[in-house]
Amino acid sequence: MDKPTNDTILKRVLGPADPELLCDECFEKLDEHVELELQGAPADVQVRGMRAHLEGCPACHEEYASLRALVEKGEPDA
Amino acid sequence: MLSTAQAVGREGRMSSSRAAGPSTGAPARERDSRAWLSALRLPGAERDQAVADLHELLLGAARFEVSRRRAALSYVRGEELDDLALQAADDALVAVLAKLDDYRGASRFTTWAYKFALLETSVRLRRRAWQEREVVLEPGAWPLMAGRGESPQGLAETGELMGAIKQGVDSCLTEHQREVLVGLALNGVPIDVLADRLNTTRGALYKTLHDARKKLRADLGERGFTLDSI
Repeated sequence: MDKPTNDTILKRVLGPADPELLCDECFEKLDEHVELELQGAPADVQVRGMRAHLEGCPACHEEYASLRALVEKGEPDA
Repeated sequence: MLSTAQAVGREGRMSSSRAAGPSTGAPARERDSRAWLSALRLPGAERDQAVADLHELLLGAARFEVSRRRAALSYVRGEELDDLALQAADDALVAVLAKLDDYRGASRFTTWAYKFALLETSVRLRRRAWQEREVVLEPGAWPLMAGRGESPQGLAETGELMGAIKQGVDSCLTEHQREVLVGLALNGVPIDVLADRLNTTRGALYKTLHDARKKLRADLGERGFTLDSI
């Protein structure tokens, strides 16, 4: 695994500069945000603070990326 | 009406196979959000079928998440990961059924339901990956690397900023804020793992991290550092 750069470390320590949602609010709005993004709608405007939170919280970002990939893929194979 | 406890079966697990018996409602693939809600609120066999269909959907999402993370967990047996996905789907089913009245239709019902399965699965996978690892909440040497293409002046400025952050961590933060910041941001401990070890929640830990970051930014601003690019 690559070592993190100074920039990455600074971002991890200082977090996003813009106002952000917290994890519970992120979870609540994640499905809406993903569908808006996939529809090409201005998701960052309609769900304010989501983008900043996803930059600051690696766990929520992983779940966002998975939900987006899953919805894009269509119905999963059980 | 089937309770959530009944929904996951007497042994606490749903079978990964589809429930037997005739389907009295619309097939799962043809259900829209309203049909899902109606079927899950009906009494009797139609609801049982809808619950089984929902479990199948959630299990698919859980397996999808496992497959995305499998490379990082190559040392874990496949059977264990299959079992992890099934447990995650079971718990997601309980959560979805308990929160059905919270669904407001801001997305499709299936998208809303998937997120519960992905959360349950990813939390379990992070905990499994750190099962035998030590969680360190003390700062080691503060990292400073000679960045690719970074000039000596740039490196000196970054070093100065790192030094100021370290001072801020020592002087501005509470002990708990310091531990959380060091654990999550410097030592890379996953937030769910740290929440588990500290007997708290992801939400509470992130709020602590958020407050600590805010204090550090304010402290750096007062000391004249410009953080526009970070």
